Amino acid sequence: MIQRREFDQNLEELRQLLREMGEHVGHALRESIISLQSLDVSKAKGIIAQDLKLNEMEEEVMEIGSRLIVTQQPVAKDLRRIIVAFKISSDLERMGDLAVDIAKVTLRLEGQTLIKPLIDIPKMSELVELMVEESLQSYLDENTDLAYKMAKDDDEVDHLYSQMISELYSIVIHHPDSLQQVMLLTLVGRYIERIADHATNIGESAVYLVTGHRPDLNQ
Amino acid sequence: MEPIIHIDKLNLYYDQFQALKNMSLDIPEKAITAFIGPSGCGKSTLLRTLNRMNDMIPHTRIEGSVRIAGRDIYGEDVEVETLRKQVGMVFQQPNPFPKSIYDNVAYGPRLHGIKDRATLDQIVEQSLRQAVLWEEVKDFLKRSALSLSGGQQQRLCIARAIAVQPDILLMDEATSALDPISTLKIEELAQELKDRYTIVMVTHNMHQAARISDRTVFFLNGEIVEADDTSKLFSTPQDSRTEDYISGRFG
Repeated sequence: MIQRREFDQNLEELRQLLREMGEHVGHALRESIISLQSLDVSKAKGIIAQDLKLNEMEEEVMEIGSRLIVTQQPVAKDLRRIIVAFKISSDLERMGDLAVDIAKVTLRLEGQTLIKPLIDIPKMSELVELMVEESLQSYLDENTDLAYKMAKDDDEVDHLYSQMISELYSIVIHHPDSLQQVMLLTLVGRYIERIADHATNIGESAVYLVTGHRPDLNQ
Repeated sequence: MEPIIHIDKLNLYYDQFQALKNMSLDIPEKAITAFIGPSGCGKSTLLRTLNRMNDMIPHTRIEGSVRIAGRDIYGEDVEVETLRKQVGMVFQQPNPFPKSIYDNVAYGPRLHGIKDRATLDQIVEQSLRQAVLWEEVKDFLKRSALSLSGGQQQRLCIARAIAVQPDILLMDEATSALDPISTLKIEELAQELKDRYTIVMVTHNMHQAARISDRTVFFLNGEIVEADDTSKLFSTPQDSRTEDYISGRFG
Protein backbone atom coordinates (compact mmCIF):
# COMPACT_ATOMS: atom_id res chain seq x y z
CA MET A 1 0.00 0.00 0.00
CA ILE A 2 1.26 3.45 -0.89
CA GLN A 3 2.57 5.68 1.87
CA ARG A 4 0.57 8.61 0.69
CA ARG A 5 2.33 11.60 2.23
CA GLU A 6 5.85 10.73 1.19
CA PHE A 7 4.60 9.64 -2.21
CA ASP A 8 2.80 12.95 -2.77
CA GLN A 9 5.90 14.85 -1.75
CA ASN A 10 7.99 12.94 -4.26
CA LEU A 11 5.43 13.49 -7.01
CA GLU A 12 5.57 17.21 -6.28
CA GLU A 13 9.34 17.04 -6.52
CA LEU A 14 9.00 15.49 -10.00
CA ARG A 15 6.60 18.25 -11.06
CA GLN A 16 8.98 20.97 -9.89
CA LEU A 17 11.90 19.32 -11.67
CA LEU A 18 9.97 19.26 -14.93
CA ARG A 19 8.91 22.87 -14.47
CA GLU A 20 12.55 23.80 -13.98
CA MET A 21 13.60 21.77 -17.02
CA GLY A 22 10.94 23.56 -19.08
CA GLU A 23 12.21 26.98 -18.02
CA HIS A 24 15.73 25.86 -18.86
CA VAL A 25 14.68 24.74 -22.35
CA GLY A 26 12.77 27.99 -23.02
CA HIS A 27 15.83 29.98 -22.01
CA ALA A 28 18.20 27.84 -24.11
CA LEU A 29 16.02 28.18 -27.19
CA ARG A 30 15.71 31.96 -26.77
CA GLU A 31 19.43 32.40 -26.22
CA SER A 32 20.38 30.12 -29.10
CA ILE A 33 18.37 32.27 -31.54
CA ILE A 34 19.87 35.49 -30.12
CA SER A 35 23.35 34.01 -30.48
CA LEU A 36 22.55 33.10 -34.07
CA GLN A 37 21.14 36.52 -34.94
CA SER A 38 24.23 38.28 -33.63
CA LEU A 39 26.61 35.38 -34.37
CA ASP A 40 27.66 35.63 -30.72
CA VAL A 41 30.03 32.69 -30.29
CA SER A 42 30.56 33.04 -26.55
CA LYS A 43 26.79 33.01 -25.92
CA ALA A 44 26.55 29.90 -28.07
CA LYS A 45 29.27 28.19 -26.04
CA GLY A 46 27.41 29.10 -22.85
CA ILE A 47 24.27 27.34 -24.11
CA ILE A 48 26.27 24.21 -24.95
CA ALA A 49 27.85 24.17 -21.50
CA GLN A 50 24.54 24.65 -19.69
CA ASP A 51 22.98 21.65 -21.41
CA LEU A 52 24.76 19.42 -18.90
CA LYS A 53 22.40 20.68 -16.21
CA LEU A 54 19.39 19.57 -18.24
CA ASN A 55 20.81 16.07 -18.64
CA GLU A 56 21.37 15.88 -14.89
CA MET A 57 17.80 16.92 -14.20
CA GLU A 58 16.53 14.22 -16.56
CA GLU A 59 18.64 11.67 -14.66
CA GLU A 60 17.11 12.89 -11.42
CA VAL A 61 13.58 12.46 -12.78
CA MET A 62 14.47 8.88 -13.80
CA GLU A 63 15.96 8.21 -10.40
CA ILE A 64 13.00 9.51 -8.36
CA GLY A 65 10.43 7.89 -10.67
CA SER A 66 12.10 4.47 -10.68
CA ARG A 67 12.43 4.53 -6.90
CA LEU A 68 8.73 5.38 -6.52
CA ILE A 69 7.70 2.54 -8.84
CA VAL A 70 9.86 0.02 -7.00
CA THR A 71 9.02 1.08 -3.46
CA GLN A 72 5.40 2.18 -3.75
CA GLN A 73 4.04 0.11 -6.65
CA PRO A 74 1.70 2.88 -7.77
CA VAL A 75 -1.37 2.19 -9.91
CA ALA A 76 -3.82 4.16 -12.06
CA LYS A 77 -3.18 7.92 -12.17
CA ASP A 78 -0.30 7.67 -9.72
CA LEU A 79 1.49 5.36 -12.15
CA ARG A 80 0.63 7.62 -15.07
CA ARG A 81 2.13 10.59 -13.23
CA ILE A 82 5.45 8.77 -13.18
CA ILE A 83 5.28 7.41 -16.73
CA VAL A 84 4.43 10.92 -17.93
CA ALA A 85 7.32 12.43 -15.94
CA PHE A 86 9.73 10.02 -17.67
CA LYS A 87 8.33 10.86 -21.08
CA ILE A 88 8.24 14.64 -20.57
CA SER A 89 11.74 14.77 -19.12
CA SER A 90 13.05 12.88 -22.13
CA ASP A 91 11.19 15.26 -24.51
CA LEU A 92 12.66 18.25 -22.65
CA GLU A 93 16.12 16.78 -22.73
CA ARG A 94 15.85 16.32 -26.52
CA MET A 95 14.65 19.93 -26.87
CA GLY A 96 17.74 21.01 -24.96
CA ASP A 97 19.90 19.03 -27.39
CA LEU A 98 18.20 20.77 -30.31
CA ALA A 99 18.91 24.19 -28.78
CA VAL A 100 22.53 23.04 -28.53
CA ASP A 101 22.43 22.07 -32.21
CA ILE A 102 21.28 25.62 -33.04
CA ALA A 103 24.12 27.03 -30.92
CA LYS A 104 26.57 24.82 -32.84
CA VAL A 105 25.37 26.41 -36.10
CA THR A 106 26.41 29.78 -34.64
CA LEU A 107 29.86 28.29 -33.98
CA ARG A 108 30.11 27.09 -37.57
CA LEU A 109 29.15 30.52 -38.88
CA GLU A 110 31.85 32.25 -36.84
CA GLY A 111 33.49 35.09 -38.78
CA GLN A 112 30.80 35.17 -41.50
CA THR A 113 28.10 37.76 -42.14
CA LEU A 114 24.50 36.59 -42.37
CA ILE A 115 23.21 36.65 -45.94
CA LYS A 116 20.07 38.40 -44.74
CA PRO A 117 18.57 39.53 -41.45
CA LEU A 118 16.73 36.62 -39.85
CA ILE A 119 12.95 37.11 -39.86
CA ASP A 120 11.12 33.81 -40.05
CA ILE A 121 13.51 31.96 -37.74
CA PRO A 122 12.96 34.31 -34.75
CA LYS A 123 9.22 34.32 -35.50
CA MET A 124 9.14 30.51 -35.51
CA SER A 125 11.25 30.32 -32.43
CA GLU A 126 9.03 32.76 -30.52
CA LEU A 127 5.98 30.71 -31.39
CA VAL A 128 7.71 27.46 -30.41
CA GLU A 129 8.86 28.98 -27.14
CA LEU A 130 5.21 29.74 -26.39
CA MET A 131 4.31 26.14 -27.31
CA VAL A 132 6.93 24.81 -24.92
CA GLU A 133 5.60 27.00 -22.16
CA GLU A 134 1.97 26.09 -22.83
CA SER A 135 2.66 22.38 -23.20
CA LEU A 136 4.34 22.33 -19.82
CA GLN A 137 1.60 24.43 -18.30
CA SER A 138 -1.00 22.00 -19.66
CA TYR A 139 0.87 19.24 -17.82
CA LEU A 140 1.34 21.21 -14.59
CA ASP A 141 -2.33 22.31 -14.48
CA GLU A 142 -3.64 19.07 -16.01
CA ASN A 143 -5.39 21.29 -18.53
CA THR A 144 -6.25 19.25 -21.64
CA ASP A 145 -7.87 22.22 -23.41
CA LEU A 146 -4.57 24.08 -23.27
CA ALA A 147 -2.78 21.00 -24.66
CA TYR A 148 -5.11 20.89 -27.67
CA LYS A 149 -4.86 24.66 -28.20
CA MET A 150 -1.05 24.50 -28.07
CA ALA A 151 -0.95 21.68 -30.62
CA LYS A 152 -2.83 23.85 -33.13
CA ASP A 153 0.11 26.31 -33.13
CA ASP A 154 2.23 23.54 -34.61
CA ASP A 155 0.45 24.10 -37.95
CA GLU A 156 1.66 27.71 -37.97
CA VAL A 157 5.18 26.52 -37.17
CA ASP A 158 5.07 24.11 -40.11
CA HIS A 159 3.78 26.91 -42.33
CA LEU A 160 6.60 29.28 -41.30
CA TYR A 161 9.10 26.46 -41.81
CA SER A 162 8.06 25.78 -45.39
CA GLN A 163 7.91 29.52 -46.12
CA MET A 164 11.45 29.83 -44.79
CA ILE A 165 12.67 26.91 -46.91
CA SER A 166 11.30 28.40 -50.15
CA GLU A 167 12.86 31.75 -49.35
CA LEU A 168 16.25 30.19 -48.65
CA TYR A 169 16.05 28.15 -51.87
CA SER A 170 15.43 31.26 -53.93
CA ILE A 171 18.43 32.90 -52.25
CA VAL A 172 20.69 30.00 -53.10
CA ILE A 173 19.58 30.10 -56.72
CA HIS A 174 20.70 33.73 -57.04
CA HIS A 175 23.71 33.44 -54.72
CA PRO A 176 25.19 29.95 -55.15
CA ASP A 177 28.13 30.85 -52.92
CA SER A 178 25.74 31.15 -49.96
CA LEU A 179 24.92 27.43 -50.15
CA GLN A 180 26.67 26.44 -46.93
CA GLN A 181 24.98 29.16 -44.89
CA VAL A 182 21.57 28.41 -46.42
CA MET A 183 21.94 24.75 -45.54
CA LEU A 184 22.85 25.59 -41.98
CA LEU A 185 19.90 27.98 -41.62
CA THR A 186 17.60 25.32 -43.08
CA LEU A 187 18.87 23.01 -40.39
CA VAL A 188 18.06 25.61 -37.73
CA GLY A 189 14.49 25.75 -39.05
CA ARG A 190 14.37 21.99 -38.86
CA TYR A 191 15.65 22.00 -35.26
CA ILE A 192 13.03 24.53 -34.18
CA GLU A 193 10.34 22.51 -35.91
CA ARG A 194 11.53 19.39 -34.04
CA ILE A 195 11.29 21.27 -30.74
CA ALA A 196 7.66 22.04 -31.58
CA ASP A 197 7.06 18.31 -32.16
CA HIS A 198 8.43 17.56 -28.70
CA ALA A 199 6.13 20.23 -27.27
CA THR A 200 3.13 18.48 -28.82
CA ASN A 201 4.45 15.23 -27.31
CA ILE A 202 4.31 16.93 -23.91
CA GLY A 203 0.75 18.03 -24.65
CA GLU A 204 -0.08 14.39 -25.46
CA SER A 205 1.44 13.33 -22.16
CA ALA A 206 -0.72 15.88 -20.34
CA VAL A 207 -3.85 14.47 -21.99
CA TYR A 208 -2.73 10.92 -21.21
CA LEU A 209 -2.16 11.85 -17.58
CA VAL A 210 -5.71 13.16 -17.25
CA THR A 211 -7.63 10.67 -19.40
CA GLY A 212 -5.49 7.52 -19.51
CA HIS A 213 -5.58 7.67 -23.31
CA ARG A 214 -2.84 9.02 -25.55
CA PRO A 215 -4.17 11.21 -28.38
CA ASP A 216 -2.19 12.02 -31.52
CA LEU A 217 -1.71 15.79 -31.46
CA ASN A 218 0.86 15.67 -34.25
CA GLN A 219 -1.69 15.22 -37.03
CA MET B 1 -16.03 -14.88 -21.32
CA GLU B 2 -19.45 -16.31 -20.43
CA PRO B 3 -20.85 -15.48 -17.00
CA ILE B 4 -21.30 -18.61 -14.90
CA ILE B 5 -22.49 -16.69 -11.85
CA HIS B 6 -25.24 -14.12 -12.23
CA ILE B 7 -26.06 -12.04 -9.17
CA ASP B 8 -29.14 -9.89 -9.44
CA LYS B 9 -30.29 -7.15 -7.03
CA LEU B 10 -28.92 -8.97 -4.02
CA ASN B 11 -29.61 -7.58 -0.55
CA LEU B 12 -28.38 -9.32 2.58
CA TYR B 13 -29.26 -8.39 6.14
CA TYR B 14 -27.87 -9.55 9.45
CA ASP B 15 -30.86 -8.66 11.65
CA GLN B 16 -31.33 -4.92 11.01
CA PHE B 17 -27.88 -4.42 9.50
CA GLN B 18 -27.74 -4.44 5.72
CA ALA B 19 -24.40 -5.99 4.73
CA LEU B 20 -25.00 -6.17 0.95
CA LYS B 21 -26.91 -3.46 -0.85
CA ASN B 22 -28.60 -4.11 -4.18
CA MET B 23 -25.67 -5.93 -5.73
CA SER B 24 -25.75 -7.06 -9.33
CA LEU B 25 -22.75 -8.75 -10.87
CA ASP B 26 -21.80 -11.24 -13.58
CA ILE B 27 -18.80 -13.47 -12.92
CA PRO B 28 -17.22 -15.01 -16.02
CA GLU B 29 -16.49 -18.69 -16.37
CA LYS B 30 -12.94 -20.09 -16.21
CA ALA B 31 -11.35 -16.84 -15.15
CA ILE B 32 -10.13 -15.36 -11.89
CA THR B 33 -12.32 -12.68 -10.38
CA ALA B 34 -10.93 -10.76 -7.40
CA PHE B 35 -13.00 -8.94 -4.79
CA ILE B 36 -11.22 -6.00 -3.20
CA GLY B 37 -12.23 -3.29 -0.74
CA PRO B 38 -11.65 -2.14 2.83
CA SER B 39 -12.67 -4.26 5.82
CA GLY B 40 -16.41 -4.50 6.28
CA CYS B 41 -17.21 -3.59 2.68
CA GLY B 42 -19.14 -6.81 2.00
CA LYS B 43 -16.66 -8.66 -0.21
CA SER B 44 -16.36 -11.75 2.03
CA THR B 45 -20.09 -11.72 2.70
CA LEU B 46 -20.81 -11.80 -1.04
CA LEU B 47 -18.25 -14.59 -1.52
CA ARG B 48 -20.00 -16.61 1.17
CA THR B 49 -23.39 -16.20 -0.46
CA LEU B 50 -22.01 -18.04 -3.49
CA ASN B 51 -22.04 -21.39 -1.68
CA ARG B 52 -24.55 -20.40 0.98
CA MET B 53 -22.09 -20.26 3.84
CA ASN B 54 -24.19 -17.42 5.27
CA ASP B 55 -26.98 -19.94 5.92
CA MET B 56 -25.13 -20.87 9.08
CA ILE B 57 -25.31 -17.36 10.49
CA PRO B 58 -28.57 -16.83 12.39
CA HIS B 59 -30.94 -13.97 11.53
CA THR B 60 -29.58 -13.67 8.00
CA ARG B 61 -32.07 -12.56 5.39
CA ILE B 62 -31.49 -12.50 1.66
CA GLU B 63 -33.39 -10.82 -1.18
CA GLY B 64 -32.66 -10.97 -4.88
CA SER B 65 -31.07 -13.91 -6.66
CA VAL B 66 -27.79 -15.70 -7.21
CA ARG B 67 -27.83 -17.94 -10.27
CA ILE B 68 -25.06 -20.38 -10.97
CA ALA B 69 -25.12 -21.96 -14.43
CA GLY B 70 -28.65 -20.67 -14.77
CA ARG B 71 -30.00 -22.09 -11.51
CA ASP B 72 -31.08 -20.00 -8.52
CA ILE B 73 -28.97 -21.40 -5.66
CA TYR B 74 -31.41 -20.03 -3.09
CA GLY B 75 -34.28 -21.87 -4.79
CA GLU B 76 -36.30 -24.36 -2.73
CA ASP B 77 -35.14 -27.39 -4.68
CA VAL B 78 -31.44 -26.77 -4.08
CA GLU B 79 -29.55 -29.11 -1.76
CA VAL B 80 -26.81 -27.19 -0.01
CA GLU B 81 -24.43 -30.22 -0.01
CA THR B 82 -24.73 -30.56 -3.78
CA LEU B 83 -24.18 -26.83 -4.16
CA ARG B 84 -21.02 -26.96 -2.06
CA LYS B 85 -19.70 -29.81 -4.17
CA GLN B 86 -20.17 -27.57 -7.18
CA VAL B 87 -18.76 -24.51 -5.38
CA GLY B 88 -15.72 -25.33 -3.24
CA MET B 89 -14.04 -23.02 -0.78
CA VAL B 90 -10.52 -22.40 0.49
CA PHE B 91 -10.16 -20.34 3.65
CA GLN B 92 -7.67 -17.87 5.06
CA GLN B 93 -6.12 -20.31 7.50
CA PRO B 94 -5.19 -23.68 6.02
CA ASN B 95 -7.57 -26.12 7.70
CA PRO B 96 -6.57 -29.68 6.88
CA PHE B 97 -8.38 -32.41 8.82
CA PRO B 98 -6.24 -34.19 11.44
CA LYS B 99 -5.96 -37.14 9.08
CA SER B 100 -3.43 -38.39 6.57
CA ILE B 101 -2.67 -36.41 3.41
CA TYR B 102 -4.42 -39.13 1.40
CA ASP B 103 -7.55 -39.14 3.57
CA ASN B 104 -7.83 -35.37 3.41
CA VAL B 105 -8.08 -35.47 -0.36
CA ALA B 106 -10.22 -38.62 -0.45
CA TYR B 107 -12.63 -37.22 2.14
CA GLY B 108 -14.97 -35.42 -0.28
CA PRO B 109 -15.13 -38.16 -2.93
CA ARG B 110 -15.84 -40.77 -0.18
CA LEU B 111 -18.58 -38.55 1.21
CA HIS B 112 -20.11 -38.55 -2.25
CA GLY B 113 -20.09 -42.35 -2.34
CA ILE B 114 -16.87 -43.31 -4.08
CA LYS B 115 -15.47 -46.41 -2.38
CA ASP B 116 -13.37 -48.11 -5.04
CA ARG B 117 -9.73 -47.92 -3.96
CA ALA B 118 -8.25 -47.56 -7.44
CA THR B 119 -10.68 -44.74 -8.31
CA LEU B 120 -9.84 -42.98 -5.04
CA ASP B 121 -6.10 -43.41 -5.69
CA GLN B 122 -6.55 -41.85 -9.06
CA ILE B 123 -8.57 -38.90 -7.74
CA VAL B 124 -6.04 -38.29 -4.95
CA GLU B 125 -3.10 -38.29 -7.33
CA GLN B 126 -4.85 -36.14 -9.91
CA SER B 127 -6.02 -33.62 -7.34
CA LEU B 128 -2.61 -33.38 -5.71
CA ARG B 129 -1.01 -32.98 -9.13
CA GLN B 130 -3.42 -30.18 -10.04
CA ALA B 131 -2.62 -28.50 -6.73
CA VAL B 132 1.10 -28.83 -7.57
CA LEU B 133 1.73 -30.77 -4.37
CA TRP B 134 2.09 -34.33 -5.69
CA GLU B 135 5.86 -34.32 -6.18
CA GLU B 136 6.37 -33.08 -2.63
CA VAL B 137 4.11 -35.60 -0.88
CA LYS B 138 3.79 -38.68 -3.13
CA ASP B 139 6.07 -40.77 -0.90
CA PHE B 140 4.35 -39.74 2.34
CA LEU B 141 0.66 -39.96 1.59
CA LYS B 142 -0.02 -41.72 4.87
CA ARG B 143 1.69 -39.02 6.86
CA SER B 144 -0.47 -36.60 8.86
CA ALA B 145 -1.54 -33.52 6.92
CA LEU B 146 -0.62 -31.47 9.96
CA SER B 147 3.06 -32.31 9.40
CA LEU B 148 3.05 -30.20 6.22
CA SER B 149 4.18 -26.57 6.11
CA GLY B 150 1.56 -23.79 5.99
CA GLY B 151 1.94 -23.31 2.25
CA GLN B 152 1.72 -27.06 1.62
CA GLN B 153 -1.33 -27.31 3.86
CA GLN B 154 -3.04 -24.59 1.84
CA ARG B 155 -2.27 -26.43 -1.42
CA LEU B 156 -3.62 -29.59 0.22
CA CYS B 157 -6.84 -27.70 1.01
CA ILE B 158 -7.02 -26.70 -2.65
CA ALA B 159 -6.46 -30.35 -3.65
CA ARG B 160 -9.21 -31.36 -1.23
CA ALA B 161 -11.56 -28.77 -2.73
CA ILE B 162 -10.93 -29.86 -6.33
CA ALA B 163 -11.13 -33.60 -5.51
CA VAL B 164 -14.93 -33.37 -5.74
CA GLN B 165 -14.65 -31.75 -9.17
CA PRO B 166 -16.29 -28.42 -8.46
CA ASP B 167 -17.03 -25.84 -11.17
CA ILE B 168 -16.16 -22.93 -8.96
CA LEU B 169 -13.46 -22.36 -6.35
CA LEU B 170 -13.93 -19.63 -3.78
CA MET B 171 -10.80 -18.37 -2.07
CA ASP B 172 -11.26 -16.22 1.01
CA GLU B 173 -7.92 -14.47 1.55
CA ALA B 174 -6.30 -17.81 0.86
CA THR B 175 -2.74 -16.50 0.99
CA SER B 176 -2.91 -13.92 3.77
CA ALA B 177 -1.51 -16.35 6.36
CA LEU B 178 1.32 -17.51 4.09
CA ASP B 179 4.91 -16.40 3.51
CA PRO B 180 5.79 -14.71 0.15
CA ILE B 181 7.13 -17.89 -1.51
CA SER B 182 4.07 -19.95 -0.56
CA THR B 183 1.88 -17.06 -1.65
CA LEU B 184 3.59 -17.04 -5.03
CA LYS B 185 3.00 -20.78 -5.40
CA ILE B 186 -0.71 -20.40 -4.64
CA GLU B 187 -0.91 -17.52 -7.11
CA GLU B 188 0.74 -19.61 -9.83
CA LEU B 189 -1.54 -22.48 -8.96
CA ALA B 190 -4.62 -20.26 -9.27
CA GLN B 191 -3.40 -19.16 -12.72
CA GLU B 192 -3.14 -22.80 -13.79
CA LEU B 193 -6.43 -23.85 -12.27
CA LYS B 194 -8.43 -21.19 -14.06
CA ASP B 195 -8.28 -23.25 -17.24
CA ARG B 196 -10.54 -25.77 -15.50
CA TYR B 197 -12.32 -23.82 -12.78
CA THR B 198 -13.92 -20.48 -12.21
CA ILE B 199 -12.07 -18.83 -9.34
CA VAL B 200 -13.48 -16.08 -7.17
CA MET B 201 -11.10 -14.69 -4.59
CA VAL B 202 -11.28 -12.17 -1.80
CA THR B 203 -7.93 -10.52 -1.20
CA HIS B 204 -6.62 -7.75 1.01
CA ASN B 205 -3.54 -7.63 -1.15
CA MET B 206 -4.39 -5.27 -3.99
CA HIS B 207 -1.27 -6.14 -5.92
CA GLN B 208 -2.25 -9.79 -5.77
CA ALA B 209 -5.54 -8.89 -7.42
CA ALA B 210 -3.64 -6.83 -10.01
CA ARG B 211 -1.15 -9.67 -10.63
CA ILE B 212 -3.37 -12.66 -11.09
CA SER B 213 -7.02 -11.80 -11.63
CA ASP B 214 -8.79 -11.24 -14.93
CA ARG B 215 -11.63 -9.23 -13.43
CA THR B 216 -11.63 -7.10 -10.31
CA VAL B 217 -14.63 -5.95 -8.32
CA PHE B 218 -14.28 -3.05 -5.89
CA PHE B 219 -16.63 -2.98 -2.88
CA LEU B 220 -17.35 -0.15 -0.48
CA ASN B 221 -19.86 0.04 2.37
CA GLY B 222 -21.85 -2.96 1.18
CA GLU B 223 -22.04 -1.79 -2.42
CA ILE B 224 -20.27 -2.74 -5.62
CA VAL B 225 -18.63 0.47 -6.79
CA GLU B 226 -16.95 -0.85 -9.91
CA ALA B 227 -16.37 -4.15 -11.70
CA ASP B 228 -14.08 -4.27 -14.71
CA ASP B 229 -11.20 -6.03 -16.43
CA THR B 230 -8.35 -5.97 -13.93
CA SER B 231 -5.93 -4.12 -16.20
CA LYS B 232 -8.54 -1.45 -16.82
CA LEU B 233 -9.61 -1.10 -13.20
CA PHE B 234 -6.04 -0.65 -12.04
CA SER B 235 -5.03 1.70 -14.87
CA THR B 236 -8.09 3.82 -15.59
CA PRO B 237 -10.76 3.25 -12.95
CA GLN B 238 -14.05 4.92 -13.80
CA ASP B 239 -15.11 5.84 -10.26
CA SER B 240 -13.05 8.26 -8.17
CA ARG B 241 -13.67 6.11 -5.05
CA THR B 242 -11.96 3.19 -6.79
CA GLU B 243 -9.03 5.41 -7.75
CA ASP B 244 -8.77 6.70 -4.17
CA TYR B 245 -8.82 3.20 -2.71
CA ILE B 246 -6.28 1.62 -5.05
CA SER B 247 -4.04 4.69 -4.67
CA GLY B 248 -4.00 4.25 -0.91
CA ARG B 249 -6.02 7.34 -0.05
CA PHE B 250 -8.23 5.35 2.34
CA GLY B 251 -8.87 1.81 3.57
